Amino acid sequence: MSKSPIKEFFRTCYKNKNFLIGFLMVASVVFIALFANQIAPYAYDDAHPQDILVKPCRQYIFGTDNMGRDLFSRIVYGSRIALKVALVGAGLQLVVGTVIGLICGYFGGKIDRALTFIADLTYAIPGMVMALAVVTVLGSSLMNAIIAIAIVNWAAYARVVRAKAMSIKNQAFIETGISFGESAFAIMFRYILPNIIPVLIVTVSMQLPGTIMSTTTLSFLGVGSQAPSPDWGLMVSESINYISRGPWVCIFPGLALVYTVFGFNIMGEGLRDLLDPKMKSQ
Amino acid sequence: MPEVAIEVKNLKKYFRNGDGTVKAVDDVSFHINKGEIVGLVGESGSGKTTLARTILGLTKITDGAVIFDGVDMGKATHKQMKELRHKVSVVFQDPAANLNPRETVLSSITRPLILQGMSKKEAKGKAEEALKLVKMDSEYLYSYPHQLSGGQLQRIAIARAVAIQPQVMILDEPTSALDISVQAQILNLLLELQEKLNLTYLVITHDLNVIRYISDRVAVMYLGRLVEYGPTEEVIGNPRHPYTQGLMAALPILNPRDRDKKKDMMVTEPGSLIDLPKGCHFHPRCPYATEACREAFPENVQITPEYQVACYLQQKN
Amino acid sequence: MEKEELLQIRNLSVDYKVKGGYLSAVHGVSFEICKGEIFAIVGESGCGKSTIAHSILRLLPDHNEKISGEINFQGQNLNELSEKELESVRGHKIGMIFQNPLESLNPVYTTGKQVQEGLLLDNIPKQEAWNRVVDLFKDVQMPDAERRARSFPHELSGGMRQRVMIAMMLGRNPDLLIADEPTTALDVTVEAQILRIIKQLRDERNMAVMLITHNFGLVAEVADMVGVMYAGEMVETGTVYEIFDHPSHPYTMQLMKALPRITKKEGRLETIRGAVPKMMNHQKGCRFANRCIYATEKCWSENPPVHQLSETHSFACFREEVSTCRK
Repeated sequence: MSKSPIKEFFRTCYKNKNFLIGFLMVASVVFIALFANQIAPYAYDDAHPQDILVKPCRQYIFGTDNMGRDLFSRIVYGSRIALKVALVGAGLQLVVGTVIGLICGYFGGKIDRALTFIADLTYAIPGMVMALAVVTVLGSSLMNAIIAIAIVNWAAYARVVRAKAMSIKNQAFIETGISFGESAFAIMFRYILPNIIPVLIVTVSMQLPGTIMSTTTLSFLGVGSQAPSPDWGLMVSESINYISRGPWVCIFPGLALVYTVFGFNIMGEGLRDLLDPKMKSQ
Repeated sequence: MPEVAIEVKNLKKYFRNGDGTVKAVDDVSFHINKGEIVGLVGESGSGKTTLARTILGLTKITDGAVIFDGVDMGKATHKQMKELRHKVSVVFQDPAANLNPRETVLSSITRPLILQGMSKKEAKGKAEEALKLVKMDSEYLYSYPHQLSGGQLQRIAIARAVAIQPQVMILDEPTSALDISVQAQILNLLLELQEKLNLTYLVITHDLNVIRYISDRVAVMYLGRLVEYGPTEEVIGNPRHPYTQGLMAALPILNPRDRDKKKDMMVTEPGSLIDLPKGCHFHPRCPYATEACREAFPENVQITPEYQVACYLQQKN
Repeated sequence: MEKEELLQIRNLSVDYKVKGGYLSAVHGVSFEICKGEIFAIVGESGCGKSTIAHSILRLLPDHNEKISGEINFQGQNLNELSEKELESVRGHKIGMIFQNPLESLNPVYTTGKQVQEGLLLDNIPKQEAWNRVVDLFKDVQMPDAERRARSFPHELSGGMRQRVMIAMMLGRNPDLLIADEPTTALDVTVEAQILRIIKQLRDERNMAVMLITHNFGLVAEVADMVGVMYAGEMVETGTVYEIFDHPSHPYTMQLMKALPRITKKEGRLETIRGAVPKMMNHQKGCRFANRCIYATEKCWSENPPVHQLSETHSFACFREEVSTCRK
């Protein structure tokens, strides 16, 4: 009983192997991104014209690409892009989706119907097609790719938040709050929002892998990050022409991507088990 | 003449429901005197909760007026409304849902005070006072709702309600979710606070024994209409409206020796707001129904200034 | 009239395994129910009354509980039966109705069909079963029985759904009906109707009823025998008149004074101080000691003895003298 809740949390985290493994994988990516300058032996755009498409060896442990750039260094720096995509992308979707979801759930009526219609529309159009259309309008860049994916994905957050807000809004403490004069803004952000944070965490962790994947896909298609960026998606697409001569150019960025996405994936699954009381009781 | 705390005049609250309207509260008129405890009873769907929510300003009035301290709530300006909100407070049934689960007791109690423009420090002092009023230790200020029992939560909800120094408190099934021993504690606490702070209560409950214990007057609602409203002893002991008679026959006895005293009870199913009959809403279940009852809803008959019944039977006498 | 024992519970204990030991939900409970008797188990939330009901049919939701003691029903110890053997007792010999009838009914079938389903288990031809369903609906005083049998659960009111549940149980003609808070979710007028049906069925079919409730009003209304539960133990048993006229355990005595039988002009209700303790790992002593106005040192260290006041009336307490409670 007297155990601190934080300690208790870590104890349960430890018991949940999914979360633990996922967390360690994601933490390793974060570590690499933070200390990229120290870890990478070369700069990511440091070309060595004499060492084009070198096999993995002692000097270049993952080999070099068609411009003689050290693949290992590029992948290390690329982790920063992957995390930026995860952080900014998820943050953008989270903020937009939550605000819209709260407005829909709390006010209901016409605003709700209009916004829900738009959300349903984004579900009806294939995500990649819509994202491509958005990037075409905005112009090709990593930031625009992130925005495009946010435009495709916000509705997932809005839906969850709306449903949750609707069920909480009828509880007595909300009505009491209104009766002593709370503003609609305060009701949404002081009363409802704190009560849906566990659901939001779960939603974020489930949406994250998809967000990284789709943004990387846009880079692979050439409408996201532009050369010489060490974006893993871009690296894979650039290596396609040399795949027979130097398969490692393609394999290593791919593996890095799989590792990161998988890490987020199982961490999310573990988190869901930890935070979703319904899952816990089963 | 006693001073009037709340006057409700021809209040109507309709909801639109698909293709029809649901008349949750229909043409209800009554007044509550200052310092009075009024019990509001009725079966589910009688509109008693909607009536309370209308008085709390939680839902817009369709027609009619709720006059509070000389101000018509339907026509109140934003500023007047803000002031009114400080004069009425509320305690709901479910102890667990009454407080924000993510806030400490302290922040739950002080929030309304801070909204009134009080400083944090001042509000904390008030919160401590309020906890003392409900006989709880101030150590609970830093607890979260999930750490407290149902009775404790209900005390805190009451503390929050009295902290803003309201004139009127609306108590929606304040003890229904509690055990008998805790129920008695809370009822006694409410009575004590009412005397000490000279409060006016509107208590909504389906427990007729609770109503008999605490209220001065009882209001009986049936399908959106107020059918009888008068002194507790008379309404419970000698009800005049046929519906009240049926309801009181169902009053749970608390002594097996009273089994034989049980009166005739209603055998019919409760009516529904969806499919309201013409005329008096009760006539399909009423043993005394006449042609007039099927035509129009009866006017209120004022037996004394403090006792009204809406029934044709009373008009003849 | 000689009473015939139907259910005999001996020393029933239910422990839940929780973090740091066992939670004693029910401890050493013994009582018996005779044919045609309404036995009310009354107590506050968390006192273990529902646990008793559920452990009889082994319907406890978790699988981390330990049931010990004897549950003798018509000469069989239900606690020793296999899951398969118990299935023939459930529904067939012992029926159970719950607080929320909507949750107990399947929303996609008509109510009549669900009642019929139970009858078909007993190999009754379909048409005959349907006729029986309509009769059963009439038995539970369902208005417009024929039409209601073709209604879906959501089309019925709470009271009608509870009637359907009772009809469903009656269909298999059980010897014992366990009613777990059957009217808690209903309006008082409907509650009165349901109680009358239960009473009438007892009279007509000589069925025994085990009524689980927190509501002393129900007990006063219909019960023949009463068992008062506190913190997992049955502290007092007796006929309804013995319990209401001469409550003898301090808990029962204080509860009786907490019932809102008076008006505020006549005085104030008495209250019980403190709260129900959590019973971990079988501590010794009386479980009510911390709230009891008569508690002595002995009460904390030893289990109280059982006093037999009459053939039917007994209570567990150290207090020898029996003071009669104010009416």
